Amino acid sequence: MNGKAIALAAAMVLLPSMASASEGIGGSVDPSIYRLMVFVMAIFVGYYVVWSVTPALHTPLMSVTNAISSVIVVGALLAVGLELVAGGTTLARFFGFLALVLASINIFGGFLVTSRMLAMYKKKDKARK
Amino acid sequence: MSANVAALLYLAAGVLFILALRGLSSPATSRQGNLYGMIGMTIAILTTLGLAEPTATSWILIVLGLGIGGFIGAKTAREIPMTMMPELVAAFHSLVGLAAVFVAASALYAPSAFGILVDPSDPSFGIKAGSLLEMSLGVAIGAITFTGSVIAFSKLSGRMSGKPILLPMRHVINAALGLLLIFVIYSFIVSAGSAWLFWLVVVLALLLGVLIIIPIGGADMPVVVSMLNSYSGWAAAGIGFTLGNVALIITGALVGSSGAILSYIMCKAMNRQFLSVIAGGFGGETVAAAGGGGEQKPVKLGSAEDAAYVMKNAAKVIIVPGYGMAVAQAQHALREMGDALKKAGVEVKYAIHPVAGRMPGHMNVLLAEANVPYDEVFELEDINSEFAQADAVYVIGANDVVNPAAEDDKSSPIYGMPVLQVWKAGTVFFNKRSLASGYAGIDNPVFYRDNTVMVLGDAKKMTEEIVKALAE
Repeated sequence: MNGKAIALAAAMVLLPSMASASEGIGGSVDPSIYRLMVFVMAIFVGYYVVWSVTPALHTPLMSVTNAISSVIVVGALLAVGLELVAGGTTLARFFGFLALVLASINIFGGFLVTSRMLAMYKKKDKARK
Repeated sequence: MSANVAALLYLAAGVLFILALRGLSSPATSRQGNLYGMIGMTIAILTTLGLAEPTATSWILIVLGLGIGGFIGAKTAREIPMTMMPELVAAFHSLVGLAAVFVAASALYAPSAFGILVDPSDPSFGIKAGSLLEMSLGVAIGAITFTGSVIAFSKLSGRMSGKPILLPMRHVINAALGLLLIFVIYSFIVSAGSAWLFWLVVVLALLLGVLIIIPIGGADMPVVVSMLNSYSGWAAAGIGFTLGNVALIITGALVGSSGAILSYIMCKAMNRQFLSVIAGGFGGETVAAAGGGGEQKPVKLGSAEDAAYVMKNAAKVIIVPGYGMAVAQAQHALREMGDALKKAGVEVKYAIHPVAGRMPGHMNVLLAEANVPYDEVFELEDINSEFAQADAVYVIGANDVVNPAAEDDKSSPIYGMPVLQVWKAGTVFFNKRSLASGYAGIDNPVFYRDNTVMVLGDAKKMTEEIVKALAE
């Protein structure tokens, strides 16, 4: 897949999210509809990007997707970070903390093991040394 | 920080994640891609901290959580042997799934913090129906991912037998459980966020995760691991919708489609339907292994010296590694053998079948670890035409992926699966521990061909002996 297609795909993701503050034709559009648009476009981007991944790197692909899906840590940080007056805060914080620990394991573990793997892939002349 | 700036920063993180995957199109750009991924993650975390403006206690908790998790993660990443990569990936999937469950739980208990209340000023109206739907989908898929990955991890690491565990009427049980799960999710949404219905969704989904994975055999794990990879993405996307977070939605979609594509590639490489793999019951290592042993056909047995002699005098040797190489940790010995052959003027290439090993790309990582240059390693479609010109082939720990029955025996269970045509080479040296059949319990006609020499023994020991013989 060439760079043009990537740019196109990225634009497809960008545009709807940029537009999320604007009003649609015939009244305002619920933000969740725009999120759905981003989601659908991102699936297509994922489709093209992943097909271009070389089979030799399928294992690092899995470990890096693992690492990035731990961006779920943003939810954990919100839960831990917000000081609340409403009831149930302690439970929410407790679960948030657990999620934070789990996601952090994945973030550090995932990116580091990926870079450890990727460092091993060498070309002929370099491997000879 | 304003919500608009934050949204744009999250978007930037999402785009950096796309670039991280994009980098994997070649080993040369992959390291930079990984760096983009790390930058994206840092941006996402800093943005969230900027939004949440934590108090002193919160800071302590955040630093503590990141520290504990980071320490465990970094330590594991540094120490894990490359042969255990399939287990590690399965374990990581389970963590994403569980984290999704916990984030959803905290959103349930503190809906105002996540901005998902129907009426922000009065919590008694409950949580928005749309948010509840997104949340319950995320939590159900997350819980399935968690237990499913724990089972996959246990099977891969040998803590649990790789044999399929077949419950009577399992399809009926799973379907009933699935319907019940949908009904409970519906009730949960109608109830506007009842806590006990939430946990009922979690329990049902956890159970379903176990039941889905236990009937699947060890050798079908490449498909299972890819599928769980995909699930972990969809779970993250579900939570992303609940939080209204673009970075999480984009990432979930990327990971979801990535895992789905990998599952598709694995199924195609085995000529199996995805649904038949998921239905399970296949790939039990020794289920029908005795079937092939009934009639004794003559095989040629050879020694390490024979293999060394023929390969040394060959112009071109192709090496075909399989799961047996990973089990015996023979990749370093194999590279030494390759080096010795190259020194003797032999052209050496490695041929990898897409489903060799226990996860996509498993063999490539092990060869890379042993310092085999990646431009000597070829995929099935790129090298299959070259076997006819090879003087010798060394098959180490692979079996079904080199079985000609897949091409010419319509009654074979693996008929139609693309295989490496090793039998077209001058001589095939087939290293195996014994003459037992492969995972499908299928006899391999390559064993009995005139140009095949069986070199029986542990993959690592045998390869080391060949290296020794080559040095003489």
